[in-house]
Parts: sequence; C-alpha cells; structure tokens
Amino acid sequence: MTSSPERWRMIGRATVTLLTAAALYEAMAQSGIFPAVLVPTLPKVAHTLLSLFSDGTMLRHAFYTLARVIFGFALAIAVGLPLGILMGRIRAVENFVLPLASALMPIPSLAWVPVFILWFGLGDTVAILIVFYAAMFPMLLNTWTGVRAVNPLWLRAAGAMGADENALFWKVIIPGASPFIITGLRQAFQRSWIAVVGAEMLAASDWGLGWIIFDAKEFLNADVMMASLAVIGGIGYAFERLVFGSLERVTVLRWGMVRAAKS
Amino acid sequence: MSDIEIRDVSLVYDTPSGPVKAIDSASIRIAASGFLCVVGPSGCGKSTLLNLVAGFLSPTSGEIKIGGRPVTGHGMDRGVVFQDFAQLFPWRTALGNVAFGLEMKGVGKEEREKIALSHLALVKLEKFAHSYPHHLSGGMQQRVAIARALAYNPSVLLMDEPFAALDALTRDAMQRLLAEVWRATRKTVIYVTHNVAEAVYLADRVVVMTPHPGRVKIELPITLPRPRDPLSVEFLQCQKDLLRHLGSETTAPDEPEICNDGAQP
Repeated sequence: MTSSPERWRMIGRATVTLLTAAALYEAMAQSGIFPAVLVPTLPKVAHTLLSLFSDGTMLRHAFYTLARVIFGFALAIAVGLPLGILMGRIRAVENFVLPLASALMPIPSLAWVPVFILWFGLGDTVAILIVFYAAMFPMLLNTWTGVRAVNPLWLRAAGAMGADENALFWKVIIPGASPFIITGLRQAFQRSWIAVVGAEMLAASDWGLGWIIFDAKEFLNADVMMASLAVIGGIGYAFERLVFGSLERVTVLRWGMVRAAKS
Repeated sequence: MSDIEIRDVSLVYDTPSGPVKAIDSASIRIAASGFLCVVGPSGCGKSTLLNLVAGFLSPTSGEIKIGGRPVTGHGMDRGVVFQDFAQLFPWRTALGNVAFGLEMKGVGKEEREKIALSHLALVKLEKFAHSYPHHLSGGMQQRVAIARALAYNPSVLLMDEPFAALDALTRDAMQRLLAEVWRATRKTVIYVTHNVAEAVYLADRVVVMTPHPGRVKIELPITLPRPRDPLSVEFLQCQKDLLRHLGSETTAPDEPEICNDGAQP
C-alpha cells in the first residue's frame, strides 16, 4: 500500500506530465500554423465540453457508449471466463477451442463491422457484438493461462481436505487464477473501450461517443471532436484506475499474490 | 485413531526410457497413534510412499489399509502437510485456511470457526487468525498448515518434510511443538524426513529406505523417554545407529546398539 505522501508525489508527477502536454498543444493551437477551426484552443474545447455537458447531450452519448460496452463486456466474461477455465482443466476443450481462438484472435474486431452490419443491420447489436469480440479473447486467454498457473499444491491440499469439483472450481481455481483473471478483465475492458468507439463510428446512429466524433467531422466541429476524445479518455482512465485498481487492491494485492512495485 | 498397513506395495513409473521402479515391495505396519518417521536419501521413494498413503498415487501392486479399510484415492481420514509454504491458500486468512476442510464437510460457519480457532490455539497462532499467509513467517505458515490438516479431525496425519525449509532454530521449536500436538491429539503419524536428528526426536519407530529402487532397509524402534533431550548420550547414539544404517557414517560394525534402551516395544 502506498503511503499518502508517496501518493501525492505520484499525483504531482502525473500532473506535471499532463500540464506539459497540454501546454505544448496550446502553443501549437495559438501559433496560427494550423487553421483555428481545425486545431481549437483548449479554452474553446473546455467551453464546448461544458456546454455539451450542461445541455445533457454528452451524458447521453456517454451513457449509450457505456451501456454498449457493459453489455458486450459482460457477455465476453460470461463466455470467456468459464470457457477459459474449461480449457485449462479439460484437454479436449483446449484442443477444440485453441485453434479456433488462434485463428479468430488476429482479426481486428473492426474488420467485422461491415459483416455484422450486413447480418444485423445498423445499431446496438453490432456495437455490442464488436465489443464482445474484442473483449472475449483477452478474457479467454488470460483465464486459460491463470488456471494452468494455479499451484498444483493448492489443488492437492484442497482434494485431501475433501473438496469436490464444484468446490475446487469456486474456492480454489477461481481465486488461485485471480491475478490472471483480473489482468484479463483489465485488458478486455481496454479492448472493449477501443472497439466500441470504432463500431459506433461505422454502425451506430444518433447516440454514442464514437458517433458524435464521426458526425462532428461533417461539420468541421473540431472542438466537439476534441471534447469527445477527452470524455472517452476520461471514462477509460476512471475505469482503469478506480474499478480495476480497486478490484486489485481488495483481492490479489491484499492476498500478496501480486506485489506493489518498488519505487 | 487408525492403524496403517502397507503390504507389499510397489510403484512403477512409466518414463520415456522405460519403466522405473520407484518403490519395491514395501511392507510397513503402523500401530494406531504411532509416530513413524521414514528416513532416506533423496530419491529413495519416501515422498512417493507418503503420496501413496495419501491416495495421490495408486500402487502398481500391493495394498494399503487405514483402519482396516483399503485406500482408494484421497479421503478425509487423512490430513496432509507438505514441505512447501505455498500450500496455504493465499486468498484465505489463517482461520479461513484452517476452516477449509470443515467447510468441505458442511460444518456451519460459527461451528467451524470455533473449531478452527481451537486448532490455531493448538499451534499457538490464535492471535494471527485473521492474518493472510503472506504476512506470516515460514514457520508460522507451516503451523497453520498443521492446524489445517488436523482441524477436520482425520485419524491419520501425513507429513512430507514439513520443516525442511525452515532455519535450524525454528525447526527445533517446531519439532517440540509437533511432539506436543501429537501427544495431545494421538493421531497416527507418518513423517517423511531426511534429517536423522529430527527422526530420532519425533518417532516411535523409524523406517530407513534405500534408493533405486526404493526399498525398506530396516525398521528401528526408538524408545527414548519423552520429552527427548537431543544432547543426551542415548539420543546421539540413536542418531549414530540410524546414520550407520543410512550408510553415511563409518562406525565399526561390531559397535553395540543401545538405541533401544534394551526395551523392545
């Protein structure tokens, strides 16, 4: 656990980095090398962001995007987690699934968008399925690896204490594989968040952070685009740090299964 | 408590270079509440023998009976303690680890925590009930493992070099503690070690095994009064005898054995 002065120093360092990057951008925007319409200054972006929030449209866009991610992500967990565990436990399942996963995994999820549009039409189904596709493989592969990395001594000890398959699954394999499973969740969420924006650009209509960026392009609204990018980055960051960071702190870090990095 | 009968047990491993005999017709009997140490050099099959009794492996031929019932797979009549500290579940507190077997038995939460706490008290760790294993020292983790193996009240305790990875001082303390725990619980114990002093300190009887293939070379009763004094002449003499049987000490073969104190069990 990081002590609180250490924590403040970390926040301080991050702030310096971000402020420097912002200052560089601002200098470029103010320099007049590029047309002001295409490279809006930060105050202008901030102003647009505020007004988009105050009239509620940005929240609604974010809500739609988040809902698509959560559905697709949940679906990916529901399939990837049990399947990954089965792959790690049963040779036949591994033999069957692994070639399929290896063949499908290198295909970028966005390459499926046109196919899915043909199959399912424009709309939420396509975005959710793309998210599912993007999140599925990190979840599957990390879980599979995690199960194989479970210390055989834990299984032996649990077996000697009378654990049946069901108890082994819930009380030994899942917690034993948790460092990998949490990494899988993290990577799956990152991939989902990236995929959903792309899917929305191509397949969504009217609402969604990806759609608003694509739509703003038609009207040369670079400030709207920048504002939306900031929201996309902000939400992604919040999930990574708050949701997955906390999940890690209350589980594997607390159990000593992973350690905090030394300074 | 149950007696253990190992009758004519052999185990053959199939390896790429052909079958290898890990254990060759071993026969050992352990009386109920007896403490048997199995001693031998690395690779003599002593851990394999323990794994057979634990039911993690099945013998190629021969039979193992615990309390008259043949062993098939692992069962809750046996508690097992391994050498590796990592045997504890890191995601469970000391109490949660000790309660695991009771949980598998379907004992209610309040009841099992009470029993688990009393077993932590047995190994003098009740103050650390709510600590996670990674906050405990190696010796403390092994004590939790012993409490965990005892908590669901098996009649037999199987221990595979549980103190081998500890420093010498901690090991001495742990041996004293184990002797106490054994006296209090009267479990039938099979304890595998390559440490001769440890065997003499703990055991009722010692089995010496030789490698390639693993065979029982000799069985020695140890009848020194308890608690044993590791610095007494008799204790050292027992160690000497044992070492001679292990073939790692050169003493005159005609030196008399006084290990048994003259009294046969």
